[in-house]
Amino acid sequence: MNNASTLRRYSYADLPSLIALMTGDEKHDLASMSTLDVIWALYDRVLRVSPSTAGSESRDRFYLSKGHGPMAYYAVLAAKGFIMPDDLARYGRFDSLLGQHPDRNLVPGAEISSGSLGHGLPLAVGTALGLRAMGLTSDRVFVLTGDGELDEGSGHEAIAFGGRAGIDSLHCVVVDNSSASLGWPGGIETRFAAEDWSTVRVDGRDHDALEAAFTLPHPGRPHAVIAVINRA
Amino acid sequence: MENMRERFARVTTGLLDSDARLAVVLADISADLFDAAKARHPDRVVNLGIREQLLISVAGGMSLAGIRPIAHTFASFLIERPFEQIKLDLNHQAGSAGAILVSSGASFDYSSSGRTHQSPGDVALLGTLPGWTVHIPGHADEAEPLLRAAAAGDGLVYLRLSALANSAPLARRSDGFTVLRRGNQATILAVGPLADAVIAATAGMDVTVLYAPTIRPFDRQTLRATLSAPVVVLAEPYLTGTSVPEVALTLADLPHRVLGLGVGREELRHYGTPEQHQAAHGLDAASLRNQIAGFIGIEDSGRGRVPARSLA
Repeated sequence: MNNASTLRRYSYADLPSLIALMTGDEKHDLASMSTLDVIWALYDRVLRVSPSTAGSESRDRFYLSKGHGPMAYYAVLAAKGFIMPDDLARYGRFDSLLGQHPDRNLVPGAEISSGSLGHGLPLAVGTALGLRAMGLTSDRVFVLTGDGELDEGSGHEAIAFGGRAGIDSLHCVVVDNSSASLGWPGGIETRFAAEDWSTVRVDGRDHDALEAAFTLPHPGRPHAVIAVINRA
Repeated sequence: MENMRERFARVTTGLLDSDARLAVVLADISADLFDAAKARHPDRVVNLGIREQLLISVAGGMSLAGIRPIAHTFASFLIERPFEQIKLDLNHQAGSAGAILVSSGASFDYSSSGRTHQSPGDVALLGTLPGWTVHIPGHADEAEPLLRAAAAGDGLVYLRLSALANSAPLARRSDGFTVLRRGNQATILAVGPLADAVIAATAGMDVTVLYAPTIRPFDRQTLRATLSAPVVVLAEPYLTGTSVPEVALTLADLPHRVLGLGVGREELRHYGTPEQHQAAHGLDAASLRNQIAGFIGIEDSGRGRVPARSLA
């Protein structure tokens, strides 16, 4: 983590150069990263967590369930001071903190280890229940899944229970880039809505729309944001 | 008499009153035993319905929040069905509060229910993961202090409860193996509810008998310290040979012989009683006596001699 003397403020415009530290490609196209805008909007505008509060019992949690392709996540963590740009340059090496799937025991600021699909939302249900049991009722949990990831049955155990239990600290962001090979006829949000989740569909590149969707009130219900990414 | 599962529910209900960081997660099984606890602690007794993947993941997620979760269902649905959730959501996450898995049903408590409700492979399966403490209590009076210690701790603990039990508690220490008897020709390690049968089977034999209500970590120190002859027989109430590698590691520097007795790998495809299953797997006292005597090479003139049977 940065200390005060090295603290530098990064903006959204700095993300390409941070990502380039991992890819070695100066012209890497941000549009190829379906999760970048969602993760940036969350960390920049919504989540109540910072490097100085990452160890606090009370904080908002972000669970990157779709752990594959984590460069956007790492770039945002670096921009927000959880990890150093130097860490990015060692991406994927034997002694790196940063692998092709994140490990929470290695990456400062990473709340879960992921990679195998279908674990983040069920874990988030448990964390939300745990926070409720500890009386930390203002802390929120945000999970990022993909539309393809929701093929896994484990996610549907979590959707059904989360809705039935009315866990309103639970937020699921589905980055929908139409990657589920059999599709979700009627829209993936109908699976959440049937279990009494609050749902909203937004442009997954529009930061203002994402912020509004993430902060939409949903008393007594969990909330699903379907962030649509149109494939180029 | 109160069985292990009833004791588990009663003791846990009390622990929930005194320990605000403890929670119980259920998947319908035994939910009725926790009705009173749920009424008092609705946020810390959670029944997820028949959702065993979620059962383990919720335990993992609670641990990440600092709650010490106890997840419970039958062994087959607690360990085997959601095994990747155990590997990733408990081990790999390494949540701050760890987790306690409490199973019932064991290898063949549900003898008449068939293969679907029998889990002889659970201990071997957990053995592929690091860090697990595995308790195989042989009596409700042993299960209780193991449960209390697990609740007060913060590691990964598997407590394997069974309807089969010894007639009295045998453990004389809270961890490691208890020495039941000392002898010269071999060491017989009896695990959990198999101890009564092993004690009967070895009557009159010149052997050391150790008792293990905890099998992981494996108490190498006691096995080594009490070893008279380098001949070891394991009697485990789950998959045959599960702890043979532990004996091999303990005695790696010695020429030694080891025999693993336990539940056979092949499916039995019979119903009936747990006692009938125990006998069919060669784990009743008479079968154990034959196998132990044959392995250590002693003439058995004792009572109860039965024809040797092959393990399934």
